[in-house]
This record gives sequence, structure tokens and C-alpha cells, in this order.
Amino acid sequence: MSQPSSAPAHHVRLERFTVAERWVHRTLGIVLGVLIVTGAFLFFPPLGGLIGNRQIISTVHEWTGWLVPIPLLLALASRAFRADAGRLNRFRPGDWEWLRSRDRRSGRIVVGKFNAGQKLNAALALGSVIVLFGTGMIMFWSGLFPDSIRTGATFVHDWLALAFGILVLGHMYMALNDATARMGMRTGYVPEDWARREHAAWAAETLDRS
Amino acid sequence: MPEVNAEKTGTPVGRRVVLGMLGLGVVGVAAGQWLSRGVSDVVASTAPGLADVIPAAGGFRIYTVTNGYPDYDPATYRLTVSGLVDRELSLSLDDLAALKQTQMTKDFQCVTGWRVDDVPWSGVLLKDILAESGVAPEAAALRFTSFDGAYTESLTMEQSLRDDVLVATTMYGKPLEKKHGAPVRLYVVPMYGYKSLKWLDGIEVGRKVEPGYWEKLGYDIDAWVGSSNGRSDEPTV
Repeated sequence: MSQPSSAPAHHVRLERFTVAERWVHRTLGIVLGVLIVTGAFLFFPPLGGLIGNRQIISTVHEWTGWLVPIPLLLALASRAFRADAGRLNRFRPGDWEWLRSRDRRSGRIVVGKFNAGQKLNAALALGSVIVLFGTGMIMFWSGLFPDSIRTGATFVHDWLALAFGILVLGHMYMALNDATARMGMRTGYVPEDWARREHAAWAAETLDRS
Repeated sequence: MPEVNAEKTGTPVGRRVVLGMLGLGVVGVAAGQWLSRGVSDVVASTAPGLADVIPAAGGFRIYTVTNGYPDYDPATYRLTVSGLVDRELSLSLDDLAALKQTQMTKDFQCVTGWRVDDVPWSGVLLKDILAESGVAPEAAALRFTSFDGAYTESLTMEQSLRDDVLVATTMYGKPLEKKHGAPVRLYVVPMYGYKSLKWLDGIEVGRKVEPGYWEKLGYDIDAWVGSSNGRSDEPTV
């Protein structure tokens, strides 16, 4: 093994996310956060009644919606982002079994840089964001489309937004329960022992390379 | 290294999920009109309360243009009828309740596409209120104001005298809720929902139609369901 493994584990830190990736995560998080909050006020009558002003909220929602592609497209300029997107895309042998297993946190099934839950979350989030953006555009330019398409876009946007909101809550719940994972996204680095426990294959690969 | 290889050559599940969602999205947009009807029907028969919280399940979507729902005091609330009338009126809720009550069960169709079927309403026909006040021969239009301070609407005299234009005080057999325009709202059966002004407190009879709040934002003044605003919904009459 290479040198780092002989040092006390907690002294070694692995780079998990680059500056560019953290900025993409942060800006997209803010943009989607504004969309989810304004969307909730537009969507749930009990919430909407609290503050009214529907016209203002829907204008904020629409113009924030236009911002969504910006961090995603800028992210493609980052080599690290593209590499991680590739890792999120591909399921390793064992990923399906990891999802089904009850002892998925035991380390019995070795996990790469991202576990299968993170991969599914990323795919579902990207698919949701694209479909929400497309249906949102139809709703924004509703005059250009026949009634049935407008109704269809509203139908998809409503229900998918609800599902996406639940997905994001789940993402935040998982992050809340893992301070080290949050540190990885905040500082870019994680301690070796965490990496070996949660993402053993990635830790081994990274330490071998260094 | 096996890890790197696996993550470069493994099954592209992520791409399949994203493409699958795009496909479902297209199907959903194309078939959403029927799908949303189906969802509404299922929700209405299994969990009728759900539509109050999640309007996509077939309920009313609530549009307010000011801060929340406007407050009122039932004891001091008055509906005024003024302008080109023989007698100006100032009707309390008791006065309204003492007038001839009319009930109707009709659909509510919004210009943005959603529709709520078979809503039972009751109140006083607008034409019965105009019979109380009397109108001058030159009167040709009505203007409606809301005590939210922003919402206004209009109808021609001919439209106002129809048998399906109601000054509504109940919905589903109960006094109107705040979000639906309590204590008194307009319900114009043959027209899109924005004509059915909520939180009604003033009726002015005049000579000329003045565009209301939504009409100034571009919606049609004569808002017949199915033949205005570029839409072709099934009529609500």
C-alpha cells in the first residue's frame, strides 16, 4: 500500500469535490430552493393564503426558473464534474444488490465514489429538473400551445414538482444525518476513515493513485 | 483498477432513468388532459379531502392578488349597489339572506385549464338584486369591486340579467370560505372563473363596461367558457 495508509487514518484527507463542483452544487441548490419555496406557495392553497400576492410569487418563480440551466451548463466546463457525472451514470456490479440489501451500510458490498442511492438521486433529480423546465416553459408561453398541451404540461409540472420536492427533502435528510458528507461538500475534503467506511473502492483507488 | 473500470463501463442506469423520465414527461404532456381527469375522478371518489391540499388532485386553485385573504366583520359587512339605480342599496348579510335564494350546481372552469365539476352554490341572483334597486334606462354595464382592494370585474347589463349569474353566499352547502371569497362573491356560470369576483362588496351600475383586474392583464372581457381566451373547453352552462 502507499504511504498514507501507514499514517494515522484521521490525518489523511481525500479530495472529494473540487471548488467548481461545490459552487455548482451551491448555486443550483439556491436556485432550486427558491423555486421549491415559491412553487410551494403557488401550489398549496393553505400556504398561498398566508401571503397572497400570487402575481409577484409567480413572477419570481418564472424568472428563477430561467436560471436553472446556467449552473448546469457551466458545470460541464469542469473536468471533475464531468468525471463525477460519469461515475453517477454507471451502475457497478453490486449496486442493485446494495439498494436491495438491508445491511448496505455494513461495508459488505463495496461502494465506489457514489453509492447506488446517490446515483439514483442524481438521475431522478436531473430528469425532474429537465422535465420541470420544459413543462414550465410551456406554461410560461401558454399562448403558443393548444389547451390540451397547456393542461398536460400543468398536470406533469404539478405532480412531478411534488415528487421532486420529496426527493430533495430526502436528499437533505440524508445529508443532515452525515456531518462528514456535508463537510465534503462544504470544504471539498473528507477524512480517510470516513472514505474507507462509506466509499471503500473510491478510497482505495484514490490512495493508490497518490 | 477495477473501481475506475466499473464506473466507466457499468450499465448507464443514470442515462436510462433520465431518458425514461423525458419520455414519460412527453407522454404526460400529450395525455395530461385525460390523465388529470382520471386522477381527479379517482381522488374525488377515494380521498375527497386531498384536493383541498393538493389542487392538482382536482380541487380549486386559489389565486389572491393581495396579501392573503381579506378580513371582514360579518356584523358590519355591506354590499352596496350604486350608480344609475333608482334606489341605492346597502345590504347586510341578513338583508341578503332575506332575499329570494337561488341554488344551482354547476362546473367551475378556470382560464388556466383546471375545472371543478358539479359545485353546489346558493345565493341571490344578480337580477333579483337589480330588481330591488331598479336601474335607469340608460344603464348598460355593471362594475364589481372587491374589499381586497385590487380585484375588480365587469359585466354588461344583458349578461347581468341572466338566470345563471349569482351573488353567491354558500358553496357546497356551507357559508363561503375566505379563500373562496367570503362572505359574498359573484358566480358567473357561463364564464371563466376570473369573472366570478371574490370578496364582493360593491356593485356600480353605469353606462360602459370597464375592464376588470384580469382583463387589464390581457384576458378577454366577454369570457364565455369555450369561446374566448383562445380556449375550447366544454361550456359550463
